[in-house]
Parts: sequence; structure tokens; C-alpha cells
Amino acid sequence: MQDDRRHIASAFDRDLEAIQALIMKMGGLVEASITEAAKALATRDEELAEEVRLNDKAIDELEERVNEEAARVIALRAPTAVDLRVILSVMKMSSALERIGDLSKNMAKRTGVLVQMPQINGSTTALKRMAREVEAMLKDALDAYIQRDAELAQDVIDRDGDVDQMYNALFREFLTFMMEDPRNITACMHLHFIAKNIERMGDHVTAIAEQVIFLRSGEVPGDRVKHDLITPDAGPEGSGGD
Amino acid sequence: MNDMRVIERDVDVTETKISARGVQVYYADNHAIKDVNVDIEDKTVTAFIGPSGCGKSTFLRCLNRMNDTIDICRVEGEIRLDGEDIYDPAVDPVQLRAKVGMVFQKPNPFPKSIYDNIAYGPRIHGLARNRAELDEIVERSLRRGAIWDEVKDRLDAPGTSLSGGQQQRLCIARAVATEPEVLLMDEPCSALDPIATSQVEELIDELRANYSVVIVTHSMQQAARVSQKTAFFHLGNLVEYGETGKIFTKPEDSRTESYITGRIG
Ligand SMILES: Nc1ncnc2c1ncn2[C@@H]1O[C@H](COP(=O)(O)OP(=O)(O)OP(=O)(O)O)[C@@H](O)[C@H]1O
Ligand SMILES: [Mg+2]
Repeated sequence: MQDDRRHIASAFDRDLEAIQALIMKMGGLVEASITEAAKALATRDEELAEEVRLNDKAIDELEERVNEEAARVIALRAPTAVDLRVILSVMKMSSALERIGDLSKNMAKRTGVLVQMPQINGSTTALKRMAREVEAMLKDALDAYIQRDAELAQDVIDRDGDVDQMYNALFREFLTFMMEDPRNITACMHLHFIAKNIERMGDHVTAIAEQVIFLRSGEVPGDRVKHDLITPDAGPEGSGGD
Repeated sequence: MNDMRVIERDVDVTETKISARGVQVYYADNHAIKDVNVDIEDKTVTAFIGPSGCGKSTFLRCLNRMNDTIDICRVEGEIRLDGEDIYDPAVDPVQLRAKVGMVFQKPNPFPKSIYDNIAYGPRIHGLARNRAELDEIVERSLRRGAIWDEVKDRLDAPGTSLSGGQQQRLCIARAVATEPEVLLMDEPCSALDPIATSQVEELIDELRANYSVVIVTHSMQQAARVSQKTAFFHLGNLVEYGETGKIFTKPEDSRTESYITGRIG
């Protein structure tokens, strides 16, 4: 999985593989969470939204386990060089995945509120498309990790710009709706927070892709330029996370 | 890469203490060291790592001409200590070894009392004017060797009556007693328990304030803990030499990476 050259102590290989398998499992749950949350929003499915919220617990538990395993490997095997980078990267990735899970859960919570209100035309389709793009990026980032494919990882990082553009477009759209009819404000605020959540997910996916490049080169790629309109320089953790 | 260990003891700006150029070592037909070039810095701990038989001890012994004592051994190239060629015929190897002390892989106490093991060097180099001064040097050295408490009540007992780990610390104490400028240590902790190992590592770090220390070790963790520079040897070649933090996080050569991460190949 990580390096063609095996460790002399095969248990070390097994430890590293086990911890990366946990990350992949976590990644699978987070991908599903994004899909379901977007679907629940688009189909105004309260039950599915509730399920997404409940499933987040499993993601949190996996994050705990990854951190425990990583601590164990550090204590028992004193990893160096590429092994050390594997451990550092899984810790960063698990925390990024956990954050994405939280954002997805928050999206499901807002869906629960939105279904009680009249629908805003067309808006959820665009949100679903945006969520689908982020999910595809996540899938590619995880594939890039498994394959140690720095090129694919760079591609994911580049695509985050598209997500930022989608967010900007939605932001303007929601603004227009709100100005047209103040009765739309509550629903549009929720929709806007959802869009912001998805945009933040893209940032966390980018952080995962950066870990692939770090693994390969030992260097974390330089600062990215943010393309969205309202994130100030230091970028707060979205407005809707919990 | 910068060394991030900011809490390490501060030292002056480093300068080259020993410089080796084009060093070749042969044992009869066995070409044991192949064209090694390296600058060992003053006030720095340098670790030599590498698989068994790669030539670490051989190269270490070149640095104080210990290989002179091996008949079939031939050393070529140039090694300078503070700019002076140590293989110059005018150099007295005994004087050289007072400046460049050594702790061997296997403990080798003299068949003398614990006290005399330490006092021997300072006596022949005239470092003490009287018995009281000599006593002081002996106690200070044994303390630095992390063995004072265990032997202070039996300084007259033979050095060989100590356990293996105690003998090794006695030899370390003996090596620092003459205040060498360079201390060469060949796996000094291989017979020591973790407490004594920590004490020796602390000593090494202390010595760094004034001396240049070169340590051969098979423990990657020890190399990482005590050294600022690391040299990786492989089949008689110096494959990679650089800042220890870099070697252990981002080695350049795949042979170095395989070795430190415990991989085959
Ligand atoms: N006294 C000697 N006479 C003949 N050959 C020797 C002698 N000492 C070392 N060699 C040879 O030189 C090569 C390097 O040995 P050296 O002892 O320097 O390795 P090393 O890196 O210190 O190994 P280790 O980690 O096992 O101590 C080996 O091939 C060894 O057989
Ligand atoms: Mg040796």
C-alpha cells in the first residue's frame, strides 16, 4: 500500500496498513454522508437527513481510533522518514474527514428545518451539483492517497477553484432571492449556510490531497489563493459548522 | 531544513574540526572504506550509522590513527585535525590520541584499580599537580561517566571486577579524564541499561559544548536523540551526510531511507 519496499519487521507493515485501512473506511463513510445529505436536501427527505445526523457518530469514532492507532505506532515503532509521514498524514486526514462529516451533518440539520418551509425554486439542484463535485474530489483524493498519485492529488487541489466559483454564484443567487422577497430570507440564509458548508468541505478535501503531495515529496504545497467572495484572509470555519 | 530543536544547548557557530579527503582503507585486499570525504564539525555530535560491516568502526579508527596498530591495514587520503595532517610523519600518535580520545565497542579497562584506570591518562599528561587535584579529576570523570555512585566506595577494586555496563562507563570516564578535543565513541551504549544510556547521552550532549563528538551507533533513536549531524555508510561508501533532523525525516538517498525505516533493499 505505501511503499514497495517492505519492512523487515512485517508487523510494522501490518500496523501501517491497518491504520490506512481505517482512513479508507472513514473516507467511505464521509463520501456516503455527503451523497445522502445532498439527496435528503434535494428530495426534502426528513428521515434520510436524520439518518445522516446519526451516522456521523461512526465517523467520529473512527477518527478516535485512527488517533489512538497513530499514537501507538509512534510510541512502539518510532517511525522515521516516509513512515513518519504516513503517520502524520493519517492524523491530518482523519481530522479533515471528521470536519467534513460535521459539515455534512450540519447540512442535514438545516435540511430538517428547510423542509418545514416553502421550497425556493431551483436552488437545491445547484447545491446538489456542488456537493456531487466535492464528493468526486474526495473520492479522487482518497484514490490519490492509496496510489500515492501526486498528479491526481494536484488535480483535486486545482478543482477546488471550481467549487469556490459555484459557491460565489449561489451566494449571488440567494442574495437576489432575499432582495426580491424578504419572506425568503430565513430559508435563503439556511441555503446559504449549506453552500458555505459545501465550500468548506472542498477546502478540507484539498487538505487531504495536500497530504498525498506531502507523503511523496516531504513538502506541503504552498498557500492556495481563495476564490470565494466573503472569506476574509484568515477564513473563519464557515458560518454553519457546529 | 532548519533544526527545530530550539531547546538544545546553544553552541557557537560551528567550524570544521576534522576534515577527511579521499580516504581509502584496505585490510589486505579488502577495500573497506571507499573515497570518503567529510567535514566533521567542532562542538557538534556526529553520528555514524549503517549496517554491520559497512566500515563505521574502520573510518572512526582513522580519525585517531588507531588503524596504525593493525598490520594489514592501509590508509590512504588525507585527514586533517584543525588543518593539520594527522598522518604526517612528524605527528606523534600518542599525543594525537590524547587530543582525539576513543571509547571502544567492547569495554577494555586496564588491569588496574578503578582509580588508576581514570588517573592513568591525567598522570602521564601531567594534568594534576598533586594527589588532591588528581582525586578531583577522578571523581569528576567518574561522575561524567555516570558511574561515580556505584564505585565511590571501592575505588581500589580492579576495573575488571565491574559489570560489562559499568566497565563501559568506566572507559567513558577514562576517555574524558584527559579532556580530549575530539571524542570518538564506538557503540558506547550497547551494553548499557536505559538509565545509564540516558546518562551517557546527557554526557555526550554536555561534551558538545566544548568538544567534537563522533558516535557510532546501531540505535537509530540514539542517533536521532544525540546527534546534530548524521553520516550513513553503506558498503564502505559514505552515502549521505547531513543534518540529523533531515536525515530522519527526508533522507535524499533511497538506501538511507531503507536503512533508517528498517526496510529491505
Ligand atoms: N582488524 C581487521 N582486520 C581485517 N579486516 C577488518 C578488520 N576490521 C574490520 N575489517 C573489515 O572491514 C570491513 C568494515 O568493518 P568495520 O568493523 O569497520 O564495520 P562496522 O561498520 O563497524 O560494523 P559493525 O557495525 O558490525 O561494528 C569489514 O569487511 C570487516 O571485515
Ligand atoms: Mg563497528
